[in-house]
Amino acid sequence: MSTASVVSLRGVSKEFGRGHVQALTGIDLEIQPGEFISLIGPSGCGKSTLLRVVGDLIQPSGGEIVVNGKSAEQARVDRDYGIVFQDAVLFDWRTVEKNISLPLEMMGRDRRARNERVRELVELVELKGFEHHHPWQLSGGMQQRVSIARALSFDPALLLMDEPFGALDEMTRERLNLELLRIWEQSGSTVIFVTHSISEAVFLSTRVVVMSARPGRIVGVVDVDLPQPRTAETREEPRFAELIRDVRQVLRKGGGTEGGEPEGEEELIAAEEKL
Amino acid sequence: MSTTVVEPIPRGTLTSRVGRGLWDWFPAVVVFVGGIALWEGLVRGLDIQNFLLPPPSDIVRTLWTERETLFGAGWFTFEEAFGGFVIGCSAAILVALVLARWRILGTALMPYAIAANAVPIIAFAPITNNWFGTLNQLSKMVIAAVLCFFPVMVNTLRGLTSVRPQQIELMRSYAAGEVEIFRRVRIPNALPYMFTGLKVATVLAMIGAIVGDYFGGSQDALGIQIRRQAGIFAFTEAWAAILVASILGILFYGAVATVERLTMRWHPSARGAAE
Repeated sequence: MSTASVVSLRGVSKEFGRGHVQALTGIDLEIQPGEFISLIGPSGCGKSTLLRVVGDLIQPSGGEIVVNGKSAEQARVDRDYGIVFQDAVLFDWRTVEKNISLPLEMMGRDRRARNERVRELVELVELKGFEHHHPWQLSGGMQQRVSIARALSFDPALLLMDEPFGALDEMTRERLNLELLRIWEQSGSTVIFVTHSISEAVFLSTRVVVMSARPGRIVGVVDVDLPQPRTAETREEPRFAELIRDVRQVLRKGGGTEGGEPEGEEELIAAEEKL
Repeated sequence: MSTTVVEPIPRGTLTSRVGRGLWDWFPAVVVFVGGIALWEGLVRGLDIQNFLLPPPSDIVRTLWTERETLFGAGWFTFEEAFGGFVIGCSAAILVALVLARWRILGTALMPYAIAANAVPIIAFAPITNNWFGTLNQLSKMVIAAVLCFFPVMVNTLRGLTSVRPQQIELMRSYAAGEVEIFRRVRIPNALPYMFTGLKVATVLAMIGAIVGDYFGGSQDALGIQIRRQAGIFAFTEAWAAILVASILGILFYGAVATVERLTMRWHPSARGAAE
């Protein structure tokens, strides 16, 4: 294994409810700096759980996690993670500007530095003119861009994204995919991206990690060798269609692409966090 | 580019806004004027005896001639209500913060708080008179404070605890401690809930102070005025005193509602009201 990995997972497992649900088992994964990794799989395959285990929001039951050469907890305390959820999770009482600068405020950056950084980010996510709006005055896509800007505000080494575009319509989603790739190229950060969409995973990623449920495990990794930078035309290339077929085959091999009854992963996570 | 169009918030000129505000109130004003006219008409038309129900014109006339006594007494009782409000609400907010921080305390104490809330507090008025002295305003403040406590505590606690789990995850990913989570998430989230409780408490505080007066108190108190006038069949004077109590109660409620609106300009509910 390479020592330069941003994230190194060895034999990671997670049980919910005293071993009744094996959410994750035997997860081995090395993520190199600058990679864009997608986690894909049916409901209940543990992809959101895996993301949270990496981000130290959930404690694993077993295995070893190294992030930037340290424990996941130390990485969290060092603020190595920027997180984006399916909901934008903005704070209603803060304007766009104040939402973006929240992590910077918490890190004690002075006002000048904060304002400067917010100005850069507002341009990056193309929200100029909306700095003083409140979240409820924005569309879903715009809210999600605020959320991305906030996650990028402190230049985290690792961007964790849990179905960030899952609640958006197809057109907004494709546009934000392109924006995300542009942001990823400019910021040079490493991304772990959870999604339900095969085409989204292939379009965005350098590698697609395919997972399966009961128990949650990795069933295959597909290297995406589409050239960078990717554009709207990338979707029309024959290689794009081939890769989608490859991912689908791995999913099928893993068992239950469709029709897997939802395990209620969200609820399990919520229940776990109350403890 | 942001192709999503967001509707600007309607502002308009000051006069057009005031005009719109007046128009919104028009139906309520019609009902008020109609109700008063109906009351006056029925009392005069059916020749209802003054001690059963005096006409509004008599009540207002008495209010004017007795204005010094009545508003003096009103202010005295308002002091009791306001003192109780401040004591009860401060205690309620403190207790809510403690219970939200240490949930186990909440689980242990909530059943007793609910049971205590079922006790008719007003029955304690003779007891508090005994504790603090019949003529002492503090004995009424205590009744008002106890009445205010429960709704404010329960609402504030709900606001502090009904935070979306992802908001907490986000704060934890910024390495925030409990104090910071309270300051930046739980307390702002609780404000709308707390104000709901505070508005209920204004009404309860006035009730507590006036009914507390009924069990004996200074001659300057409004409750004593109402009781004494009714006792000597001066029902128009009693009604005028009740009108004073109502005016003060409405002003008290309105003052808290105004503070709420000024504090929570960010809230989506302010969209229609403030603009």
